[in-house]
This record gives sequence, structure tokens and C-alpha cells, in this order.
Amino acid sequence: MNPLWAGLITGIAFGFLLQKGMMLRYEKQLGFLRFRDMTLLKFMFSAILVGAVGLHLLHALGAIPELKVRGTLIGANLAGGVIFGIGWALFGLCPGTAVGALGEGRWHVAAGIVGGLAGAAIFAEVYPALGGLLAVGSLGKLTLPGVLGLSPWIVLAVFIAGAVALFRWFEKKGL
Amino acid sequence: MRERGHWNPYLAGALVGVVAILSVWLTGQYLGTSTTYVRAAGGLACTIAPGHVAENAYYTLEKVKLDWQGMLVIGLFIGALVSALTGGTFRSEAVPPMWAERFGPSPWKRAVVAFIGGAIMVFGARLAGGCPSGHGLSGVMVLSVSGLLAMAGFMAGGFATAALLFGRK
Repeated sequence: MNPLWAGLITGIAFGFLLQKGMMLRYEKQLGFLRFRDMTLLKFMFSAILVGAVGLHLLHALGAIPELKVRGTLIGANLAGGVIFGIGWALFGLCPGTAVGALGEGRWHVAAGIVGGLAGAAIFAEVYPALGGLLAVGSLGKLTLPGVLGLSPWIVLAVFIAGAVALFRWFEKKGL
Repeated sequence: MRERGHWNPYLAGALVGVVAILSVWLTGQYLGTSTTYVRAAGGLACTIAPGHVAENAYYTLEKVKLDWQGMLVIGLFIGALVSALTGGTFRSEAVPPMWAERFGPSPWKRAVVAFIGGAIMVFGARLAGGCPSGHGLSGVMVLSVSGLLAMAGFMAGGFATAALLFGRK
């Protein structure tokens, strides 16, 4: 299939499900960051675990030749992550959910999306100057099972057990 | 927990997992959105200073063009719109209620902070090499260390800032 059409169809499904799962609301995002409403974690961990099991299964069966792993850059991953988190709490949505929220009628996110474009442009301007800073802690394409020397299935089993325990606790507490 | 016109979050999330699997299996593409902000910003900058964009190392690296991910972001808007309209959950909202309760009803105040927050957020995502879609969903699905580190960063920054904004209560 033409990748542009594939992207559009995948995006429509993604946006539809984010809306159905109530992920496009400021209240659900800040509700999570304020430990008041764990809908976001329920949604995200469910997506990750189903996706992780399916991708590793298809990989084991040879249907997916190689799983794409982004290189580990300890400094950039962590520092960029924390900076992202600060902006996320101020704005109340993330780059993908913001676009969906606009489709749901939450007009105020338009300012955050324009801000996001400005942030991207600023990053492009400072990128040449960052140079070696981006490479701090560059360790290559690591996976957790690879680092631990374990089968991915053992890591997945631990993740699933942890998520199920967490989900049960959320439901008990009404979070 | 479930509200009219919405689905159980575990179910909706699990179905996103299925969408991610099908996308990788059938087309080799992993969910992600934040690179599209770079391409869109580059596209807009091209209308003002095309020479400058052509010379910039980051725009050259990420290639300013409409690709799979750009179409994914357009589709995301359409999918959310269709779901909201057909489910009766479309809400015209100038200020989110939780924001208004803490910071007042001014849409300008909200817009200014949303703009600043959006800029900081996408800057951070590009430094980290991805956002909660690219690192959080796609990265953690393949159990990558980069995805797990970035997720830890997203949450650490987010929890601390939310506590400062809203207090501990």
C-alpha cells in the first residue's frame, strides 16, 4: 500500500481510539500527573503490553525480521524527557493527543500546537550547536532483555504481572 | 469510570496495541508524532527563508516533506473528530475546567501557558528523540532502554511540574 494512505488509515484508527479512551482531555492528563485519575496509565499500559506481546510473537515467528530499537543516549533521553514532562504539565496534552483534542473541539490546544511548532523550530536552530552534548551516554541500540541477559518473554511476564497488580490496585482505590 | 460515548480505557488501549502491531507487521511503520512538528515547522519556515531551511542540519536530517507520519497526524485529527461527533462527545472548549478552577476562566492566560508548554514539550521531545508515541508506545513495546529512560523522564518532569502548578493537594 502507498505509505501515505497507510499513514492516514493508521492515524484515523489511532485518533478514534484515543478519543474513545478519553485521552484527549486536559483533565485526564493532569489527573494522571496529579495522581487523581489513572485512566491514562490504564490506556497506555494496555496498549504497550498488547503491542509488546504481539510484536515479539511476530518477531519470534519470523513475520517481522527485526524490531526497530532507537539508540540509547542516556543524557538526551533523560534530559529531553524531563524537559518534555515540564512542557506536558504546563500544556496538558502531548504532541499526538493535542492534535486529537483539536478534533474533539478543545480549541485551546491550538495555542499549544503552535507552541509545539515554535519549539520544533527552536530545536532545529540550536541542533547544530548541541553537537557532542547529544552523544553523552551513547550506548547504541540497547533493549532491557539484552542488558539483563534475559529472554524478552521473562521481561514481558514481569511487566504484565506488574501492570495487572497496578490495575487491580487502581480499581480498588477507584483511581 | 466509563462515561457515555466512551469506551473502557483498557479496551481502547489494547486496541491501540493491535493497531501498532498491524502497522509494523503490514507496513513496517512505528507509531510516532513529534517529528511531524519539525517537518511542519520546516515547511512553514520554507515559505519565509527557504535557503535557511535548506542549510539547517536538523531539517536536512529529518527531511521536510509530507510522509507516513505526517499523514498519521492528519488521520489522528480526523479519527478523533469522527469518534467525537458520532459518539456525541464533541465539546467546544476554550478553557479546560480543571485549569479554570485553579487559574481562572481567562482563555488568554490558558493560551499563553499552552503555547509556552507546547514549545518546551516539543523541544524536549526532539532532544529525547521521541514523544509518548514514539518512545512511550513504540519504544517500550520493543523493550528499548531509550524508550524506558525517556518515559521515566516524561513522568519525572510531569509529576514535579504538576505538583508545583497545583500544589500537593
